[in-house]
Amino acid sequence: MTDIVGKRFWFFVAAGALILFCIISLGRFGLKPGIELSSGSLLTVNFEQTVNEADLKQELANLGYSGAIVQATGEGGFLIRTSELTSQAKTELESGLASRFGLVTEAEFYSVSPMVASETARNAGIAIGIASIGILLYVTWAFRKMPHPFRYGTCAIIALGHDALVALGTFSILGGVLGWEINLMFITGILAVLGYSINNTVVVFDRIRENLILGISGDFETVVNRSLVETLSRSLNTSLTTLLVVLALLFFIGTTIQNFAVVLLIGIIAGTFSSICIAPNLLIVWERGEWGRIFKRTSKPAIKANTQ
Amino acid sequence: MTRRNRIPFIIIINIFALAILVVVPLDKGVLGKKGMRLGLDLQGGTHLVYRADFSSLEPGTEAEALDGAIAVIEKRVNVLGVTEPVIQQLGEDRIVVELAGISEIEKAKNIIGQTALLEFGELTEEGEEAKWVDELGEWKPTTAEINGEELELSSRYFKENTYVSQDNFGQVVLAFEWNEIGSQMFEDITTRLLNQQLGIFLGDEPLRGDDGIPIAPVIQSVISDKGIIEGLSLGEATELSKLLNAGRIPVPLTPIYEQTVSPILGSDFVDMSLRAGIIGLIMILIFMMVYYRLPGALASAALLFYAFSVLAIFKAVPVTLTLAGIGGFVLSIGMAVDANILIFERMKEELRLGRTLGAAIESGFKRAWPAIRDSNITTFIVCAILYWLGSSIIASAPVMGFAATLAIGVAVSMFSAVIVTRTFLRILAGSRLAQKTSLFSGYSGRGND
Repeated sequence: MTDIVGKRFWFFVAAGALILFCIISLGRFGLKPGIELSSGSLLTVNFEQTVNEADLKQELANLGYSGAIVQATGEGGFLIRTSELTSQAKTELESGLASRFGLVTEAEFYSVSPMVASETARNAGIAIGIASIGILLYVTWAFRKMPHPFRYGTCAIIALGHDALVALGTFSILGGVLGWEINLMFITGILAVLGYSINNTVVVFDRIRENLILGISGDFETVVNRSLVETLSRSLNTSLTTLLVVLALLFFIGTTIQNFAVVLLIGIIAGTFSSICIAPNLLIVWERGEWGRIFKRTSKPAIKANTQ
Repeated sequence: MTRRNRIPFIIIINIFALAILVVVPLDKGVLGKKGMRLGLDLQGGTHLVYRADFSSLEPGTEAEALDGAIAVIEKRVNVLGVTEPVIQQLGEDRIVVELAGISEIEKAKNIIGQTALLEFGELTEEGEEAKWVDELGEWKPTTAEINGEELELSSRYFKENTYVSQDNFGQVVLAFEWNEIGSQMFEDITTRLLNQQLGIFLGDEPLRGDDGIPIAPVIQSVISDKGIIEGLSLGEATELSKLLNAGRIPVPLTPIYEQTVSPILGSDFVDMSLRAGIIGLIMILIFMMVYYRLPGALASAALLFYAFSVLAIFKAVPVTLTLAGIGGFVLSIGMAVDANILIFERMKEELRLGRTLGAAIESGFKRAWPAIRDSNITTFIVCAILYWLGSSIIASAPVMGFAATLAIGVAVSMFSAVIVTRTFLRILAGSRLAQKTSLFSGYSGRGND
């Protein structure tokens, strides 16, 4: 039988390195909040004639918007992000662009005041907090008949923390390199990932519970490993089908829900890894009281695990 | 087919047929229902939020002022002829306006934000400060003294019964009547300014006629109770008359949020999300049939049942579909097969242990159930929290839409996996195909692997 738990040291090292990398990236690039969370205006315009991005930036600077962020949307259109525009300022901006580049049509306009943005950011933070606590309580409750139910909840939350950090780290890189922003769809995606990833972890824990009750082995490690192997193809197949639809969203809907699709993509991959390689292995570490030892006596658990 | 399976099977087929009947065609109403309800981002339109500034009001009159503002905006929006506009109070000092499916969004915004106040002016004399300047000269507000107070003449003193008609020469006229104070003021003013011009201004601009020239009639006689404005085009006069009758917004409103999507972009989104959903679905069907063989094909049938049922629920409730909501639905298609996969993996294990197909199906379902239940509950928890988040913020539609579609999707997927797939499998277990276990497990010939 495939030995998954025996390699837990390497999984922890890999996860640790990944998290460290993400934290460094977050420190280096930070996250770029979009207008929904930090206020401002986002104008999507299409031009009749072909317009060069550099020319557009130049013209925006001439009109007094030197700080504007410009992004091409692919079909001759551009996203222009500025500070909050009044109705009059927007009309002037559009007529300014029209006199330079010809016919301009407005495809989308989005404007958020600082008051609304700070409310949104605060409530999004609260939602993520409540979701984490809710999941911890639920998992603890679902495994209430097991010895140490709180451990199951805690290990599940640690795995979720891993997934969220990986998604945030990836977006800090995407923000630093491509200028991607954190918007409300990103927050929605993060919450969806929390729900999805915990779903995988619960299925694995469920099998551990079942196998413990069946008493297939006195050794906790053996039980966990067997449970993992038994649920492995389910975990991978479910993630695969979900990834298929996420990819369809990414390729066919594109820019508007790009953030959402990408955070799901990253989150599902990270969540699959953490629910197989992190959460159950943390349970073993806790059960065996290895907390202080995993990084000191590295070789022992790896050998010990493969007793079958 | 045994009797035990026949009834659920017939029920499933009927639900499926009903779902298809409700869903197709997507954009039209069937069975007394309207077409799929699309959010602002998909049909185009604007979502505006205003904040009322109560600082100039007397304490205690805030709620009344806000109600008044909403009433005025409602009347103004009716001028636009928008179908099903939403104008609501939000919190204590905010007003939400949602106008869907309109093409002249800028015009709509202008009309809602209009001051809708006609002011009257007289030409300034040497050294006086001007409020308006146009090609006819410099103007100041014209005033009259009422009960010792100097008041500026404006449409504030109109009765809300203006109307548009034509005079004997076929000219369009906007007719209005003064209220009591207005009558006194107008009498004073027309006496004072006899044979002089009276300028008419809308906001910062002079009111211009059909010919583009500011309207500034010469006062030819003393008038008190009523008047007419000549020279406007029929359209302008009608709109102005309606706005004047709708009254003024009693409290200053500041826009604090706006989302506007052009109808063209909205219809592009519909096409794109339809394509994403169909292609995602097809890829999953292929995967399931290749990997799980015959049960996979049954799960695929269950998945189609699922997709149509969810769409039928969206249409019948109705759930307002936004782009994010469709994202939630497409995501739920991917997640919907999860319950099937859990069951099939269990069945395979049971088959490997040497059980008969019938026994493997029953015990596969029974043993997969706790995992299906527990894992879906976490999704419901997250959906509930997302729904709360959506309801607590101004940009509520995408977040709430996503939460609603995902929750409905997951609920229906549990039903479709547990009831529909099981019924199909039971029927199959009683048929001759059941002899070939290779069709079930994906293991060639060796039932007991």
